[in-house]
Amino acid sequence: MIRLKGLRKVYGRQTVLDGIDLDIAKGEIVVVIGPSGTGKSTLLRCINFLEKPTAGEITVGDLTVDACSTSRKDILALRRRTAFVFQNYALFANKNALDNIAERLIVVDKWPKEKAREKAREILQRIGLGDKAEAYPASLSGGQQQRVGIGRAMATGAEVILFDEPTSSLDPEWVEEVLGLMKQLASEHQTMVVVTHEMSFARDVADRVIFVDGGRIVEQGPPSELFSNPQDPRTRDFLRKVLPDQTV
Amino acid sequence: MNVLDFDYMLGLIPVLLKYLPLTLEMAAAGMVLALILACLLAVIRVLKVPVLNRFTMLFISFFRGTPLLVQLFLFYYGLPQLVSSLTAINGITATIMGLTMHFSAYMAESIRAAIVGVDRSQTEAALSIGMTNAQLMRRIILPQATRIAVPTLMNYFIDMIKATSLAFTLGVTELMGATQKEAAGSFLYFEAFIIVAIIYWVIVEMLSWLQRYLEHRLNKAYSR
Ligand SMILES: Nc1ncnc2c1ncn2[C@@H]1O[C@H](COP(=O)(O)OP(=O)(O)OP(=O)(O)O)[C@@H](O)[C@H]1O
Ligand SMILES: [Mg+2]
Repeated sequence: MIRLKGLRKVYGRQTVLDGIDLDIAKGEIVVVIGPSGTGKSTLLRCINFLEKPTAGEITVGDLTVDACSTSRKDILALRRRTAFVFQNYALFANKNALDNIAERLIVVDKWPKEKAREKAREILQRIGLGDKAEAYPASLSGGQQQRVGIGRAMATGAEVILFDEPTSSLDPEWVEEVLGLMKQLASEHQTMVVVTHEMSFARDVADRVIFVDGGRIVEQGPPSELFSNPQDPRTRDFLRKVLPDQTV
Repeated sequence: MNVLDFDYMLGLIPVLLKYLPLTLEMAAAGMVLALILACLLAVIRVLKVPVLNRFTMLFISFFRGTPLLVQLFLFYYGLPQLVSSLTAINGITATIMGLTMHFSAYMAESIRAAIVGVDRSQTEAALSIGMTNAQLMRRIILPQATRIAVPTLMNYFIDMIKATSLAFTLGVTELMGATQKEAAGSFLYFEAFIIVAIIYWVIVEMLSWLQRYLEHRLNKAYSR
């Protein structure tokens, strides 16, 4: 379970997150949508303290962290309960696919190397890259890299995986394989928060869609409701732009 | 112009080569120590460790800003005057100290640049899986920075080998010192110094070859 209470993030004079309250149940798939520059990435990055929130409270599982009084230990503990999938994959360039996945188990969880690689091999099979264990990121296609990125997140055993536009850097030909893997994860009831512009993914997979604008949650609901019957004019306006084939 | 004495030149080669190991040993010791010190200095600079960072900047500025020869004299003649237990600091030790300090200052800056040059996304990915800063440094940043820094560091090693010749000013009979003595005995200065020049040149050429090979290997790494 994840709970955000009054999450705020201010850069200089610009308020990027303006008090976000959010509860996410175990196994829930939440898709976050909204116009560019409204703080979607910042929201995800604050949840695992890649960005330090200015104020607010973050609960992941049995750990609650207050932005105003955090210790190094809290931040580490929080990061170890969350996993992140980056838009630009961000695989470790000096490690092959297998070790990208095993790294967390070896370094953070202190598993013996062989056991960690065993588990990593299992994950590579699940993400359909069993034959790419030795391949370095530079030799993988964008789609393969992002699948390894997702595999690395899976290995953490985190309570929640945060996806920041996981398909936005991909050539169109690779988008489906990555979305396919995410759907597979969703069907296994992995808790996920996904920022994406892939509205079909939101419609098919999300339990809940959250529309963010100006650093606030404007509106949220199951995709069927939010897409067919948006209440707020800003939501309507946004959906009209991203769902051109549909009258909202 | 007199004809060169080729027999003397040929005969000199094995005589001088006996002193090559000392030259290489001083360079190797200086390089290893300088590398360790430079990594330390670079990490202090990158992490901006309070107080130490200031001290490091001063250290780097001084050892880059003064001639190596002056530094060697400071260590060899100056230190014993300050610290009486060092009454007779060995010329070899003073040379290795000087080379270490001098080159670590340069190398620290190129290692720092290499560390800063590692893509920011690598840091974020490492932190996102819960690594500590030390783990991030050791497992992700330093290995990648090494790849960026190795060509430059090899250049410093080559410079260092040539710089060991200054040890003869501290009375060390290494390659240059031995040549100096031979030349003074035979009065065949040109012959002696051209031979030692060629010996240095060949060593450096061999290292340049190794450098190109390493660069080639490093460029291939991570792309298998
Ligand atoms: N490190 C930073 N320093 C200053 N401003 C920042 C920083 N990071 C983000 N911002 C600002 O915060 C705002 C929100 O950024 P964010 O990346 O969260 O938006 P987003 O909703 O993810 O947008 P996009 O859809 O383009 O990815 C932007 O106006 C951005 O300029
Ligand atoms: Mg973004």
